[in-house]
Amino acid sequence: MKDTEIKRLLFAHYICVFSIILTTVIPPLFLENFSVLGTHLTWLCICSVCVTAVNTVLYIILKPNPSSKRISFTHKVTKFLKCCVFFFISCILFHGIIVLYGAPLIESVLETFLFAVLLSTFTTLHCLCILGPNIQAWIRVLSKNGALSIWDNSLQITTMCSIVGAWIGAFPIPLDWDRPWQIWPISCSLGATFGYVAGLIIAPLWIYWNRKQLTYKSR
Amino acid sequence: MQRWPVLLFLAWVCFLFFCGIGLFTSGFLLIRIELANRSSCSDPLAAPTRAGRGVVTGACWLPQRIPKAVLLIIDALTFEFARFDLAKERPRPYENKLGFLHHLSRSQPRHARLYRFRADPPTTTMQRIKGITTGSLPTFIDVGSNFATYAIEEDNLLSQLVQNGRRVVFMGDDTWDGLFPQTFFRSYFFPSFNVKDLHTVDDGILQHLYTTVDGGEWDLLIAHFLGVDHCGHKHGPDHPEMAKKLTQMNEMLRLLVAHLGNDTLLLVAGDHGMTETGDHGGDSEKEVDAALFVYSKQALFGAHPPTEPDTVPQVNLVPTLALLLGVPIPYSNIGEVMAELFSGDGNPASAALQQLSAYHVNARQVDRFLHSYSLAAQDLPAERLRQLQELFSAAEEEHDQLLARVREVELVAPELEARRGRAVARFQRYLREARAVCMESWARFHPLRMVAGCALIAATCLLCCVASGLAAALDFPYRSRLLYPLLWGLAGAALLGLGHLLAGARLDLLLALSSAAAASQLGFFWHFWSRQPLQAHLASAQPLAASAGSRPSCRAWQRLLLPMGILLLRCCAMFSDSFVVAEARVAPFLLASLALLLLGRLHWHGQLAAPDTPKQPPGSASCQESWRLLGLLGALLACLRLSSLFHQCREEIPHCQPSPLLGPLASLQSTQAKNLFYLLCVASLAGLVCAVRRWLRHYGNLNSPSPLVLFVRWAFPLLAVWVACYWAVASGAEDVLGKLQELVQVALVGFPRAVYGLAALGLLLALWNPVTVFVKDSRESGGPIVASYPGAPSSQAGLPPVIPQLYRRMQESLKRRLETGHRRATVMAYGLGSAYSAPLVIVLSLLGLLLLLLHSERLSLAFLLLFLEAFVLLRIHAHVVSLAGDAEPFAVPWYAVISWVFAATQFFYATGHQPTFPAIHWNAAFVGFQQGHSTHLLPALLVGANTFASHILFAVGCPLLLLWPFVCEAPSSPRRKLKKELQEEEPLMEMRLRESPERFSAALLQLGLKYLFVLGAQLLACVCAAMILRRHLMVWKVFAPKFLFEALGFVVSSTCLLLGICLVMRVDCAVSAWFRQLQPR
Repeated sequence: MKDTEIKRLLFAHYICVFSIILTTVIPPLFLENFSVLGTHLTWLCICSVCVTAVNTVLYIILKPNPSSKRISFTHKVTKFLKCCVFFFISCILFHGIIVLYGAPLIESVLETFLFAVLLSTFTTLHCLCILGPNIQAWIRVLSKNGALSIWDNSLQITTMCSIVGAWIGAFPIPLDWDRPWQIWPISCSLGATFGYVAGLIIAPLWIYWNRKQLTYKSR
Repeated sequence: MQRWPVLLFLAWVCFLFFCGIGLFTSGFLLIRIELANRSSCSDPLAAPTRAGRGVVTGACWLPQRIPKAVLLIIDALTFEFARFDLAKERPRPYENKLGFLHHLSRSQPRHARLYRFRADPPTTTMQRIKGITTGSLPTFIDVGSNFATYAIEEDNLLSQLVQNGRRVVFMGDDTWDGLFPQTFFRSYFFPSFNVKDLHTVDDGILQHLYTTVDGGEWDLLIAHFLGVDHCGHKHGPDHPEMAKKLTQMNEMLRLLVAHLGNDTLLLVAGDHGMTETGDHGGDSEKEVDAALFVYSKQALFGAHPPTEPDTVPQVNLVPTLALLLGVPIPYSNIGEVMAELFSGDGNPASAALQQLSAYHVNARQVDRFLHSYSLAAQDLPAERLRQLQELFSAAEEEHDQLLARVREVELVAPELEARRGRAVARFQRYLREARAVCMESWARFHPLRMVAGCALIAATCLLCCVASGLAAALDFPYRSRLLYPLLWGLAGAALLGLGHLLAGARLDLLLALSSAAAASQLGFFWHFWSRQPLQAHLASAQPLAASAGSRPSCRAWQRLLLPMGILLLRCCAMFSDSFVVAEARVAPFLLASLALLLLGRLHWHGQLAAPDTPKQPPGSASCQESWRLLGLLGALLACLRLSSLFHQCREEIPHCQPSPLLGPLASLQSTQAKNLFYLLCVASLAGLVCAVRRWLRHYGNLNSPSPLVLFVRWAFPLLAVWVACYWAVASGAEDVLGKLQELVQVALVGFPRAVYGLAALGLLLALWNPVTVFVKDSRESGGPIVASYPGAPSSQAGLPPVIPQLYRRMQESLKRRLETGHRRATVMAYGLGSAYSAPLVIVLSLLGLLLLLLHSERLSLAFLLLFLEAFVLLRIHAHVVSLAGDAEPFAVPWYAVISWVFAATQFFYATGHQPTFPAIHWNAAFVGFQQGHSTHLLPALLVGANTFASHILFAVGCPLLLLWPFVCEAPSSPRRKLKKELQEEEPLMEMRLRESPERFSAALLQLGLKYLFVLGAQLLACVCAAMILRRHLMVWKVFAPKFLFEALGFVVSSTCLLLGICLVMRVDCAVSAWFRQLQPR
């Protein structure tokens, strides 16, 4: 059972990675003057939307945490609305944290906010897909012994990798190299993306490597 | 409690660091005193024979030989660039590009000549410009009268020209604008900052050069081209761009020469060379090897040029140019005239005499300078100076004899030629020796000393680390760890002293001290390693340690990894000039990361309880705790962000606007804004005082009638009012109070001095009696009630006071019986739980008020933030400790110490400072001393206190890191005021520290060592950066000032740390005495 789960995880992750690669390759065919660095904001939007779509579709197909109960339609709608609200709140929270970390407050608000949206897509959206709008579950999963399935483990790894990637992305900003990717928030968002991709690739491998040690409590 | 060994050990460690700093500084920083003297035409230096022949027009020390000169400085024009070698088969991009120079010197050998132009290190443009104009060897610190600007205040060629009514026109590099403000007759400055920009400066010069030359309104025209240098930095010399740039220079020269008049001297000089990578700044052969080309349309030289070009030291340009143009040689010049240029036309005999007189004037000027300098400073060795003096007088004698002979004979006989040659040789020898002496002491790094200093600091860091590990053990063996090493050190110093005594040399104090430091350190490590196996054996024998096994040590390593990783990042950041420039943003970033990661890790390990988790029964309390922790974290982040409002700018960051909050209120135009800000500042002041008082009241330290508490109750508001009054007077408009002008002057001096005095009184009080505990003795005394009432002897007052006393006693005992149900003899002591931290907090807030006074008004908001952030950091630390459980309550974890140090750095920037000299707040020296100072000590102290305000506050407050978790320990009773019962109950809060004095002293020692380690690690990074990158382009602009500020900050911090620990120990003494006094009652 576990091996099939890991295969499904691997499949899902590779589709995510593939979709991110596509966001850099496809748009130049349709949009003029598109480049990841030059028109960074457009790329941020495209990447966020694309990752959101892919994650949602994958969630619907794969159903990582199937619940046995039958859920009514209204329940589904409220759940969806709740998810939207959570996502928006997380964007605002990320924006606040980024500003507190030293991003400019008034100038380039749009850039900062889109970066926050990207970070939310890489972290919060994943949580929403796998765990649903349930803060307690999030808090449980994001601690050492809180993972209940390999999906939870992969969630831990991708979330951490994205945030660490964004953090590392801030380091080249003060350097005087005058490169186009040093402009706020390009290096950070690229860092987050690379981190996310790295997390997506590492997670199945890590889980496969440690599959003997990983034993999950039943819910 | 072992107090003295702890202090001594820390002082010894500080001493080791200081020795390391001193040793490194002596090898790295070259210091020279700037003399304010100026040469003038009336100086009696010139040969008296001139006077006899009547005054020549335009003559000053020597007759003017050349009316006009053009000085072209091509930045980084290496000799290799200027040399032309036809034999080269395949010239590199930078070779054979200045063909026009070659053409001139080949076709007109008596008009043009190429020299090797030896620059003196440091080979950075600003220092070289100073060298080319003052004729001296500028060092990193030229101690002059004014630090605030880079302007050259020494006597220099340009000011001599201006003084003598010549017109100096400049075009090019805008560094000259800073160095010579308002000197030029006309000037065209172009920005030099952007190293990537190859053309702005050069094209700008070319636009104006020829028209200006043709216009003729100048006597000296200076043009400073930057393209070659920038090309070197951007592409390196071996690049096609360099070929283009040099070709452009060649064309420029060709055109310029066509425009020059017959009487004009053209000098083309490189200010320094460049390495193969295009960098400069150090003293390697390629960096100092520049080119000088001299040309005139009149014949200059008597003889044909030698096959291999002569080598000319850079400073020689100054006396040559000065004498050729007929102005006095600048006072501090140590260069030697280039005699060939004084031969010129006419017969060889008169040319020879002219050369001799140039040498003579030059030598007398250098002698005069050396004499004045040796009176002002002692850094030139006296023995060498004496030798020089002898040389000079010998040469002078020779010269006088020769002149006498010449006057007798009236014509130069060939036999005099030999004597003339001897005199010239003597002058030459004197001048060269003098320059060598100066160079040795001003212009040379001492790599050995630098490495030794670096090694000493590194070893001391290691020592701190090792010793802080040892201090955790209770029985810190002071004898083998402190006494023996000190003896070793003494022995080492004595040995060195003896060696010097036997050799007969003068003992260098710094060397002796550092050898003592090194020896004592060796002693420590020797004792440590020799004892180590025994300790390991002991540890394995102990069952407790054995059962702990390897897993906890693995955990401990993991716990170390995070803070140490962040510290490592910070240290690495010291090696990049961009990061040093951006440090004001880097420090808060790292601090925020440290705090967030800390909380994240706590959560990861499940120590931070999940809010509202139904599974955890004690959820509600710990949930509240974790929410509070999150709130504290938010507050910390907000503080960090807000503190960046007070940033100061460095000139390296383009388009940077310094925060408008840094200026004094008096500079504000609008009255409304001024009033608003004034109210805000006063509110922050009041908030600070109120917060401190509230904290003290909260812990019950504001009840006692001791003088310190009275001081807090009454003098704190008074201090705040005085500070506010001072601000009001200082920021008021000058003309409004026309009649009260005198009163205002008095107030400007009086208020700050009153604050100084009162604050000093408060500090003394805190030292004299720091116990802020209020005692309420309610033990029932066995004797008669009247006797227990001390104030009223029965004989005098009789009965009346006894009855209320009786009544009160009955009432109290009744009440107690009702309250508790049982009677017990108790002593109520209020504020005992924070007996240690209360005096520390009082002293800190006093210091805060003092330092705040030294800053401009609106920085009081930054100080409020500082106290707030320190408080939040302490609260977070206390929370984390309480969450982590009481594994080791006496050990302050690394993350707390590191975050404390980072906060100190952060507030260095957030109080409007930057590690550059122009950013120092010089105004602080005049707070309370409007008329200036008579000594240098007091202003230095004031400015130092202003600059290192946050270092001082955080270092003094460092022991709070140890105390705060105890203070924040939840009292067992719900009552806020701590009620401590002496007899039976467990000691609480800070009294737990008193209960185990050995552990307390060990903990203080450990804390001090950890703090010193973190500071030392940063210092080590700075020192290494300065040493390794001493060839870097930015070394004198970024790394050296950073090192200087970091070293000074370290000295201030470590001293203040010692003072803070002293204060805690003083409190401990006083509390012990207080307990002893309490017991017999």
